[in-house]
Amino acid sequence: MASIFTYITHKKGVVDDSALELISAAKVIDSDCKPTAIILGSPSEVAQVADEMAKSYTDVITVGNDALNYPNAEVYRKVLAALLPSHALLLVPHDTFGMDLSPGLSIKTDSSFASDVVGFEGMEGGKLKVIRQEYGGTVSTRSLCDIANGAIINIRAGVFKADESKAQHGAIVDKSSDIQDFSSKRTFVEVIEAEIGEVDITKSEILVSVGRGIGEEENIEMVHTLAKAMGGEVACSRPIVDAKWLEKSRQVGTSGQTVKPKVYLALGISGSFQHMGGIKGNPFIIAINKNPNAPIFQMADVGVVTDILEFIPALTEKINQAQ
Amino acid sequence: MDILVRVKRVPDPAENEIRLNSQGNDIEKDDLVYSVNEWDNYAVEEAIQIVDKVGGSVTVVSVGTEEDEDILRREMAMGATKGVLLSDTVFNNADGRKIASILSAFVSKNKFDLILCGAQTDEGAGQQGGMLAALLDLPYAALVNMIEVIDEKKLKIGREIEGGNQEINEIELPCVLSIQTGINEPRYVSIRGIRKVASVEIPSLGAADIGFSDSGLRLQRLEYFQPEMGEGAEMLEGSNEEKVEKLVELLKAKGGLK
Repeated sequence: MASIFTYITHKKGVVDDSALELISAAKVIDSDCKPTAIILGSPSEVAQVADEMAKSYTDVITVGNDALNYPNAEVYRKVLAALLPSHALLLVPHDTFGMDLSPGLSIKTDSSFASDVVGFEGMEGGKLKVIRQEYGGTVSTRSLCDIANGAIINIRAGVFKADESKAQHGAIVDKSSDIQDFSSKRTFVEVIEAEIGEVDITKSEILVSVGRGIGEEENIEMVHTLAKAMGGEVACSRPIVDAKWLEKSRQVGTSGQTVKPKVYLALGISGSFQHMGGIKGNPFIIAINKNPNAPIFQMADVGVVTDILEFIPALTEKINQAQ
Repeated sequence: MDILVRVKRVPDPAENEIRLNSQGNDIEKDDLVYSVNEWDNYAVEEAIQIVDKVGGSVTVVSVGTEEDEDILRREMAMGATKGVLLSDTVFNNADGRKIASILSAFVSKNKFDLILCGAQTDEGAGQQGGMLAALLDLPYAALVNMIEVIDEKKLKIGREIEGGNQEINEIELPCVLSIQTGINEPRYVSIRGIRKVASVEIPSLGAADIGFSDSGLRLQRLEYFQPEMGEGAEMLEGSNEEKVEKLVELLKAKGGLK
């Protein structure tokens, strides 16, 4: 088995949860492996993160340079391609940086690429069996990934349990002087922070969240009416914001808001991992969807298979009667 | 600016309930309604808007079969200048890397200032743009939700990143961008518009035309199966009236009513 490396995501010196999840992912691929952590960033940040990671990894490789202050995937890809030995496996968190970085990195290292992987099932004929999901988690797939030339594998957040053992006193190797070329035809300018809307759904205890299943813009009104009857706020999934039916600040998910309500009522939402990734604090989740195969029914506490357009007015009326 | 947009024919998520077939090893393909991948449609709209502002052309390209002509025509009815079909038995049974290699061979025979593709498909891995850029040695950015043309050599772009934040970059042309949904509002395509382009010829190019040679598969899908992701919800049964009653009781008990 080839050596396994992990890409460590960190921000302002704080290590992302994925750093310890990738250790567990590596051990599912090969239970005997000792993965090597790769840390890129500004010199001061990299030193701090490396000390932290040496508690969990036997080997840590760092490249610190002011050209790496912001994770510009174009620059980072170049550095990683120079750093990785041939035939290596690199595990990368499947976030907006990993999506930017990894497909191109697999070409530059002439290795395979597997995106958004949620599981491994050992080797078959010299190839790695990987589990992925399609159609927003409605179906899973089993694929064979050719790792003869190495592979870049993006791992979904939260699937592998973080390895919290922190039993290592790892060796840190600074490879900063090995890398000379940080040039790029894409330059980072700034990050524009999300606007806070008129309603702050991150503070709501009751969220009535609406997705694609609502069908038409005019049907959004009945969701507002239901939310008002329940004393909650209206939230939504991405397609509703894309259609401009509700403002971006109401979007729940990894590319929207992270919410922690007590009760989450999901109306016509299929339950993609991007959406569910924005729901924290283990709320009581009720899913109402006409598709019995919608993945949200696997994650909800209570499910109702029905047409939301008929169900919402009936539910609103009953709640108003009860109060 | 001459812009290429890669489009893909996929099962329409609004028209289909995706489920496994009776053998449980593939998705049920009977009666699926196909359309252009939603992300790609945003990419075509963006290309048309750029060309409306600065001039140039929009070429839409698909790797597939004659059936793909429908989606190419649909995008031409939106305003794309030209459609090209890349079709050959050698292109069948492809992984993402092979599709990117086919597109790369086509691009190498032409000249484009900007190449757009959708950030993902519902069945895919979001890998086309990144792989294509790397094969062509062009700069790349993923999940783009804003494009401003600075001049003929440079774009200002926004990328969607975590938490609803936006990362602003400058990128040199030519480049490859993957487009996120919500970047614009794709225009409506009328029946009349589709009729107008119904008889426009769509050139079909094969492996020999674009100089593509197959180098094998790196990722091979064996089968589909039903995911198990937890205990699953307690499903409320009965008439809608009974379901409503049970749900109101549950909401009261769990603090879902104020």
